[in-house]
Amino acid sequence: MALNIDIKEEQKRALEDIKQQGLRVLVCAGTGCVANGSLKVIEKFKELGANVGVLSEYDKMTTVPTGCHGFCEQGVLVVIPDKHVTYVKVKEKDVEEIYESHIKNNKPVERLMYVDPKTHEHVQDDEHINFYAKQTRTALKNCGNINAESIDEAIAVRGYEALANVLKENNPDAVIETIEKSGLRGRGGGGFPTGRKWKFTAANRGGKSYIVCNGDEGDPGAFMDRSVMEGDPHKLLEGMAIAAFAIGADEGYIYVRAEYPLAIKRLRKAIKDAEERNFLGKNIMGSDFSLDIHIKEGAGAFVCGEETALIASIEGERGMPRPKPPFPANKGLFGRPTLINNVETLANVPVIMLNGADWFAKMGTETSKGTKTFALTGDVNNTGLIEVPMGTTLREIVFDIGGGMRDGKKFKAVQIGGPSGGCLTEEHLDIPMDYDNLIKAGAMVGSGGLVVMSDKTCIVEVARFFMNFTQHESCGKCVPCREGTKNMLKILEKIVAGKGTMEDLELLEELAHAVKDGSLCGLGKTAPNPVLSTLKYFRDEYIAHIKDKKCPAGVCTAMKKVVIMEDLCKGCTKCARTCPVGAIDGTVKNPHHINQDKCIKCEACLKNCPFKAIVLE
Amino acid sequence: MSVETPHKIDTSKLDEIIKSYDSKKSNLIAILQKVQEVYRYLPEEAMIYIGTKIEGLSPATVFGVATFYAQFSLEPKGKYEIKVCDGTACHVRGSMPVLNAIRNKLNLKEGQVTSDNGLFSLEIVSCLGACGLAPVCVVNDKVYPQMTSDAISMVLDTLMKEEGSN
Repeated sequence: MALNIDIKEEQKRALEDIKQQGLRVLVCAGTGCVANGSLKVIEKFKELGANVGVLSEYDKMTTVPTGCHGFCEQGVLVVIPDKHVTYVKVKEKDVEEIYESHIKNNKPVERLMYVDPKTHEHVQDDEHINFYAKQTRTALKNCGNINAESIDEAIAVRGYEALANVLKENNPDAVIETIEKSGLRGRGGGGFPTGRKWKFTAANRGGKSYIVCNGDEGDPGAFMDRSVMEGDPHKLLEGMAIAAFAIGADEGYIYVRAEYPLAIKRLRKAIKDAEERNFLGKNIMGSDFSLDIHIKEGAGAFVCGEETALIASIEGERGMPRPKPPFPANKGLFGRPTLINNVETLANVPVIMLNGADWFAKMGTETSKGTKTFALTGDVNNTGLIEVPMGTTLREIVFDIGGGMRDGKKFKAVQIGGPSGGCLTEEHLDIPMDYDNLIKAGAMVGSGGLVVMSDKTCIVEVARFFMNFTQHESCGKCVPCREGTKNMLKILEKIVAGKGTMEDLELLEELAHAVKDGSLCGLGKTAPNPVLSTLKYFRDEYIAHIKDKKCPAGVCTAMKKVVIMEDLCKGCTKCARTCPVGAIDGTVKNPHHINQDKCIKCEACLKNCPFKAIVLE
Repeated sequence: MSVETPHKIDTSKLDEIIKSYDSKKSNLIAILQKVQEVYRYLPEEAMIYIGTKIEGLSPATVFGVATFYAQFSLEPKGKYEIKVCDGTACHVRGSMPVLNAIRNKLNLKEGQVTSDNGLFSLEIVSCLGACGLAPVCVVNDKVYPQMTSDAISMVLDTLMKEEGSN
């Protein structure tokens, strides 16, 4: 099909515009960095940069607000690519120093550079920061490198080139074939082959059909989709347009959680800009293909990440799942064939179309191709959003990218895949992480939340935490999930409170299997995973809570016992005076005693004892 | 944005909102979001009105949707809506002490959501996607990173002072 747009020409123009910007100073304007004050940093740079003509090699500098760099904890992040430098934890008051010293006089500001937790040395640029060095960024490639609100900058980094090529060739089946050959699998959790899903939906070409992007990233602890929507919204739109073309859809929805206001704002602007350039809308780039994209804001229901529930929610109803079949590919939104893909999945599409299926399939393992993003959090030195080839080991993620355990704590386990996932222990540190290996280990990739836990984390408490989450989010439609999760939670609460019995443990396990087998949708089917996998690997800890009434990690307050060591106590009465509930008895110069029934375990006495005579048992 | 007192529902305002969403049943969630933005909660009268006004809906359906989604509140929310993130990352880094500090500061009894003076309301949310800054609180649209009990108390103190209610 002949197009009325030469995307290569547009690209050249956009690149030329970027060159005109002179020295580019990239300041992260993702949710994390904004919370740390990046908008003030941006203002300050702009104010100083207005001083044209004082820079040695450049006649101009431009401050570019970008999307998320992923290294949120070190925010505000400032990157000056031409100077090969990444500054971390930048505050408004530091901007002048960066400007005077580095930008004007080429003297890097060492104190604002990242400090390697192992070598304690300052590291100047991304290539050497351990957090970035081992990553392979494809879906997140542009996040943090371009102005997230400028369509021209997206075009400069080959945005919409894949769409133009696809429309020029005008062969939807060939597109599906490429995606199928690439081996891309759904990044939302299930890992269903994307190409096959497209094929199913495309089989119903001819009538009205829809493309839906699932941006209901509800998994607590994962934020990769937010980063893509905020940092590179055009890549998502382009991916949707290519998918819509392939399956023959002319209308699309992006379902975004209401908790992501910045993502919604950036997407709205991106859609408007793309429509103005005719990259969306009627007869895109002069072809026969048209596509309108709308945004639907969620209203706070985790279950809406399930595709049939998501459809119900877009239709304005209670977001409850329904049995499949019929699959959305045959009967989805408003009863029409519908393709639902996750944000990260769609963000991979333009990259695959540009570089080819073989390029993508070269990365990863036998059954899981390409790269995967993970939200790395918990007890590691570097937390943030990472993207690595499928098959990367846990050891590389935790100890290289994550920079090892925080505060010298000991590695205990990671919880992967959030409330649907499971835990992996030391024995799994060296298995290549991909969809199938993780399922074998009793966990799953899920949305990619990765919480690192140390010996100071109570595994039973973590299982209770996730069960509490899924129980709250259960929509109540099917009995196994509604009643099962409630009773599982009750048992876990009992165990954590030190009142569990061995029979409870058996019942918990039995219930877990019943909920897993009997629930209607993915939420219920996977809700018992955290319990099952922690029971598998940390049964001892459950038993310690039940039989010994002890929490080995020292977390569960019910098991804690604050005691006074009689031989060390001098009877100074300070503790008795500090105790907010009057649980400490004793007379002056005689050893004091804590009444365990009254004690609320606030540890105020412990912190205040001048003789260190009070300990936690 | 004006705030109405309960039982005094301006139906012309509701009509305006309904019309801006093409009176379409599939836009119900967006309509309710808009209504909540105006009233800070969903007044019963408003839900009944919407349920009878839009074709294909009933007050029961509107109630069903309103009670399904966590975002909707059937009770008035405070002028400052405090959200405490209790996602995994925030939880393991201590979101519960922060939550308790807020409850104490605002004198919230068990199950109470909005402070007695109607200024603050408290909500636990599962994940705000700012895990790198855990634990996180949000007051209206402002994100407060790496919170502690002391830090959030100071934030509340400042807001109370601004309101002259301390």
